[in-house]
Amino acid sequence: MSVIEVENLKYRYPDTTTLVLDDLSFSVEKGECLGIVGENTAGKSTLCYALAGLVPHFYKGAYGGKVTVNGLVVREHEIATIVENIGLVFENPFSQMTGAKQTVYGEVAFGLENMGLPRKNMHTRIEKYLKLLDVYSVKDKNPFDLSGGQMQRVAIASVLAMEPEVLILDEPTSQLDPQGSKDVFKVIEQLTGKGMTIILVEHKMEQIAQYADRVLLLHEGKQIDLDTPEKIFSRLDLKEFGVRPPVVTSIAQALTIRYPDTQLYPVTIQEFKRLEEMK
Amino acid sequence: MNRFKLKDIAFSYSPDVSIFEGLDLTFDSQTTAIVGQNGAGKTTLVKIMKGLLKPSKGTLSIDGESIADQTAAQLAKRVGLVFQNPNDQIFKTNVLEEVMFGPLNIGFSRFEAEKGAREALKKVGLESKVSDNPYDLSLSERKLIALASILAMDTEMVIFDEPTTGQDFAGKEKIKAIINELKAEGKLILCILHDMDFAADVFERTVVLNQGEVILDGQTRDVFPEKNVLEKAYLEQPYVTQIAQALGYNDSFIHESELVAFLNNKK
Ligand SMILES: Nc1ncnc2c1ncn2[C@@H]1O[C@H](COP(=O)(O)OP(=O)(O)OP(=O)(O)O)[C@@H](O)[C@H]1O
Ligand SMILES: Nc1ncnc2c1ncn2[C@@H]1O[C@H](COP(=O)(O)OP(=O)(O)O)[C@@H](O)[C@H]1O
Ligand SMILES: [Mg+2]
Ligand SMILES: [Mg+2]
Repeated sequence: MSVIEVENLKYRYPDTTTLVLDDLSFSVEKGECLGIVGENTAGKSTLCYALAGLVPHFYKGAYGGKVTVNGLVVREHEIATIVENIGLVFENPFSQMTGAKQTVYGEVAFGLENMGLPRKNMHTRIEKYLKLLDVYSVKDKNPFDLSGGQMQRVAIASVLAMEPEVLILDEPTSQLDPQGSKDVFKVIEQLTGKGMTIILVEHKMEQIAQYADRVLLLHEGKQIDLDTPEKIFSRLDLKEFGVRPPVVTSIAQALTIRYPDTQLYPVTIQEFKRLEEMK
Repeated sequence: MNRFKLKDIAFSYSPDVSIFEGLDLTFDSQTTAIVGQNGAGKTTLVKIMKGLLKPSKGTLSIDGESIADQTAAQLAKRVGLVFQNPNDQIFKTNVLEEVMFGPLNIGFSRFEAEKGAREALKKVGLESKVSDNPYDLSLSERKLIALASILAMDTEMVIFDEPTTGQDFAGKEKIKAIINELKAEGKLILCILHDMDFAADVFERTVVLNQGEVILDGQTRDVFPEKNVLEKAYLEQPYVTQIAQALGYNDSFIHESELVAFLNNKK
């Protein structure tokens, strides 16, 4: 069975009339990284909430269809049960901070305490993830006295520390400096290598192209396409959905540099270079 | 306003760590991007300029006049700051009220404030959301509301703290158009960014801040070829520059169209 199965998912926020998620059906395999792309308000964050159970448990509204994650039917289980299996890094790191703890260290410990992890293991884990995200030096600071990027790093660390089976990242590097953002994507690559299943919402198509195995193209709540990055970014009608391909793909299109067999365009610099040299 | 000058600025949040020790920077009519690693002090810098944080040393002046002599209310009319996190800025439950709040606060009449607010909402493409609750909107929309609130105040200088975060292509194009329009109106523009492509594409001047110090400051076209300095500051070159380099061409390309034209010519 797939780790994530979404069947005919439909959702509408309370007191609204339009479906924000309109009949989505797809599945994600263990160890896969699924990218989600779409213009602003396409429904990407709402889909993340639906996978993590915030929809329909926190955001009520009208809900149809079925979401199963790690064997749990999301609608039928409490959030507390779901969070042990699924980690969600919010789009706004501010939303991730519990406000219950006075220090960054305590903030990362919070989730682990709730999980009932033994003290000793807890310390090792917290240290590991704070260092991985390069925020160990601010471990004693109040989470609300951090810079935006530091807070985003702490948000990611606090979710990673729980080592969930499924990790959902909603624009996780939006406030990170370019090197920090690269580091996070390298970590993502390592984690999928170890069998973690990852859902990644991202506006930087270069990152999607590099790290996603498949890409879900969402538009006005509808599932337009679900395919490899090369297929999705080679779509000639991509702009109609408010999405631009990676810079390298758009240059390849302008110069008609493509794979001779499939006629698709390259999505990474390495592939672009290889095809250009072949020409 | 023609010039905003910071001279010998020192600042720290706590006695043991200093953020700035003697920073000098001047902003003039050139649109300026500030880039730098997380925690470099970018947000702190613009909060000082806006008068929200007080430096322990140094002076700030507008067109040669020290701002120490101006009240917070006076400064509010001259310098607008769009916050990094819209949640720090938004607290009304109605979009129109939210965008009118700033203008009313600096003395606009209700009529003027509403006119300004509606125009600003139109510029960010959210005129249809006037009656919504900002907290029922997506984060990208909330960021544009926060931006509109500052535009509506019609200040002489506009500072943006990471405005493109979470914006799709169309959103970024909107922000680019707004910046160019503000520039044409003669306003001073300063913008903090982590998006190197946007910085290279839109701004005339780029300042690289690293651990509270300016390590590079110049015309954008001259700054982005400096790969080593950028990497030292945890930054990278724009994708276009990276692609040109990977193909073995010199690194002065900062616009996609330039590189395409160049490669087409070579064929
Ligand atoms: N209210 C505060 N109290 C204490 N320290 C703070 C506070 N705000 C920021 N700092 C610290 O000051 C330093 C500079 O923060 P600042 O927010 O200016 O960084 P920045 O360059 O804007 O970073 P980012 O790119 O992550 O937004 C950081 O080390 C941060 O932890
Ligand atoms: N709490 C809410 N109540 C009502 N509508 C909402 C709420 N949150 C988001 N929306 C609306 O749902 C749509 C999809 O939003 P979102 O999932 O955040 O999109 P994306 O992440 O793709 O930008 C938008 O039109 C947004 O305004
Ligand atoms: Mg979103
Ligand atoms: Mg900042």
